Amino acid sequence: MSRLAGVFAALKSNRRTALVPYITAGDPYNEATVPFMHALVEAGADVLELGVPFSDPIADGPVIQQACERALKHGTTLGDVLGMVKEFRSRDARTPVVLMGYLNPLEIFGTGKFAGAAAVAGVDGMLTVDMPPEEAEPFAGLLRAKDLDCIFLLAPTTTAARLKRICEAASGFVYYVSLKGVTGAVSLDVQAVRGRLTAIRRETRLPVGVGFGVRDAGSAAQLAGFSDAVIVGSAIVSRIAEHRGELADTLATVREFVHGLRLAMDVVQGGA
Amino acid sequence: MLRLNEKNQSFKESLRHLPDRDGHFGPYGGRFVAETLMGPVEELRAAYERYRRDADFQAELKRDLRDFVGRPSPLYLAERLSSQCKGARIYLKREDLNHTGAHKINNALGQALLAKRMGKTRLIAETGAGQHGVATATVAARFGFECVVYMGTEDMQRQAINVYRMRLLGAKVVPVTSGSRTLKDALNEAMRDWVTHVDNTFYIIGTVAGPHPYPMMVRDFHVCIGEETRGQILSAEGRLPSALIACVGGGSNAIGLFHAFLDDPVKLYGVEAGGAGLHTGKHAASLSGGRPGVLHGNRTYLLEDDAGQIRETHSISAGLDYPGVGPEHAWLKDIGRVIYDTMTDTQALQAFHALTRSEGIMPALESSHALAYAMQLAPAMQRDDIIIVNLSGRGDKDIQTVATHEGIEL
Repeated sequence: MSRLAGVFAALKSNRRTALVPYITAGDPYNEATVPFMHALVEAGADVLELGVPFSDPIADGPVIQQACERALKHGTTLGDVLGMVKEFRSRDARTPVVLMGYLNPLEIFGTGKFAGAAAVAGVDGMLTVDMPPEEAEPFAGLLRAKDLDCIFLLAPTTTAARLKRICEAASGFVYYVSLKGVTGAVSLDVQAVRGRLTAIRRETRLPVGVGFGVRDAGSAAQLAGFSDAVIVGSAIVSRIAEHRGELADTLATVREFVHGLRLAMDVVQGGA
Repeated sequence: MLRLNEKNQSFKESLRHLPDRDGHFGPYGGRFVAETLMGPVEELRAAYERYRRDADFQAELKRDLRDFVGRPSPLYLAERLSSQCKGARIYLKREDLNHTGAHKINNALGQALLAKRMGKTRLIAETGAGQHGVATATVAARFGFECVVYMGTEDMQRQAINVYRMRLLGAKVVPVTSGSRTLKDALNEAMRDWVTHVDNTFYIIGTVAGPHPYPMMVRDFHVCIGEETRGQILSAEGRLPSALIACVGGGSNAIGLFHAFLDDPVKLYGVEAGGAGLHTGKHAASLSGGRPGVLHGNRTYLLEDDAGQIRETHSISAGLDYPGVGPEHAWLKDIGRVIYDTMTDTQALQAFHALTRSEGIMPALESSHALAYAMQLAPAMQRDDIIIVNLSGRGDKDIQTVATHEGIEL
């Protein structure tokens, strides 16, 4: 069983929802990323999503775009990102790490080379934002050959026919985008999300995560009531953006925020 | 460098039938967008498929192209320029005489009519030089749409008059401060707007790039350029031209001129912005100096660094200052049907002055790249050869840039 499947199975038997924080690798600098990853796990993260910086992240809002710009200013590369995962793995063999990024840097690196290097580094899955299933081969096949999960987005505008096709191509989990917009947008409609998840579950037995627009403990808790994973990005990255001076202070801020999400999600589920 | 003695390639099958169902031109094009955009893109594809065959739609488009845009645009024999070049005769396809002063209006009009049919109430666009923004603001005023145009702050400075022009037309111009603050960033921002306001909003992309169906649809709305040219040169000269030349940024005016000639024995030249020279790295020539990759929803040639990050580009002409190019051009380059070359800022400026003085026509700096190429090509050709240059826009918008470049304060 893959690391992702194992974590989701364990959570399910405990009737808990996965907390999946996102940070952009190399933001605010390369040496900070692994400490952030460990801090997120200590604060209660079940799966980590690590962003591969790209110059033109069109599905992201200003918060993550600026995080990419901060990382790229000092030249964070895909090779660096894989190095970070490898370093993280030396202390944490348990927490799944999913990379989220755009296709162009992966292709320049070489998709076959990437699949091999990612598996060796300890990456568990890849969400290539601008690669819908129609354009996913042969890359998805290369990932599968290395037992890496290929994670796809589902959107409020995804038709029934596409939903079926995406669920067939996906593994690990599927990522439902909770609103019409970019990452970090404001207008989360929890009831609408609940309805869509019901439809998605008719097509797939994979865990269903919800992200985009989860800003605080309140919205995380609401989503935790009916999803398998709550993904929080911009709300964390905007705290990293405030980083000045000591890394320990920013780590503490992020840890406290993520721990707050964890507590709120667990209360709703009447668990732990 | 000119390459006159290219081998005469012959293509047995028509080159006018692409893209395929999913928007591919050979290995290029496609739909590389986040799932959040697949719905809107698919809705657009279906609507365009329907209306491109709809007689009422085509009739309304034709009528507005005639009465609102002023088509057909003339084909003009530049006699004094030709005699100065001492070689082939040079004709100019006068897209600069269209309403709003460039070819861009053909596409903006077509997409606005489609938006109306789709029941959208709000048009958005990205713009570099401002010509596409002006064209979109113009059709928005014409049909009563709300209009928002995204423009990099760098370009807003370079093209202040066009910013004001868009505002006069009732458009809201939103400054884009992310990335390199130019056209590519404006496009990113417009896509973000679209995905957020997809219910009432139609995104008018200004060039033959982006996810399918844009490269095909934008091309179709500009194909009238080449179709008119074909008829005009046949009636003026009784034969096809030897060569066609057009500037290529995203490549909309070039594909518009070339497409009707793809199956003919006519040499086609696309001229990219060489900026300070290809060797300096300060240019915007994706086909001549880039490599294939994925950006803005399509696979095509890109200017990027070794890590796959999109590079900042440079050109004196804001309209060519884009790190990608339409996927159909990428394919036409690979199969050898079109020859792509570059002209520098300096060569374009020289051509700008040459046409202004010899013909009393002030060309856009974008089009000046094509003219500069023609002025090099013509002397190496015979006197009975015919070159047609797409004069894609007029140069009034560039007066400030030219003056600044030459150290003149206005």
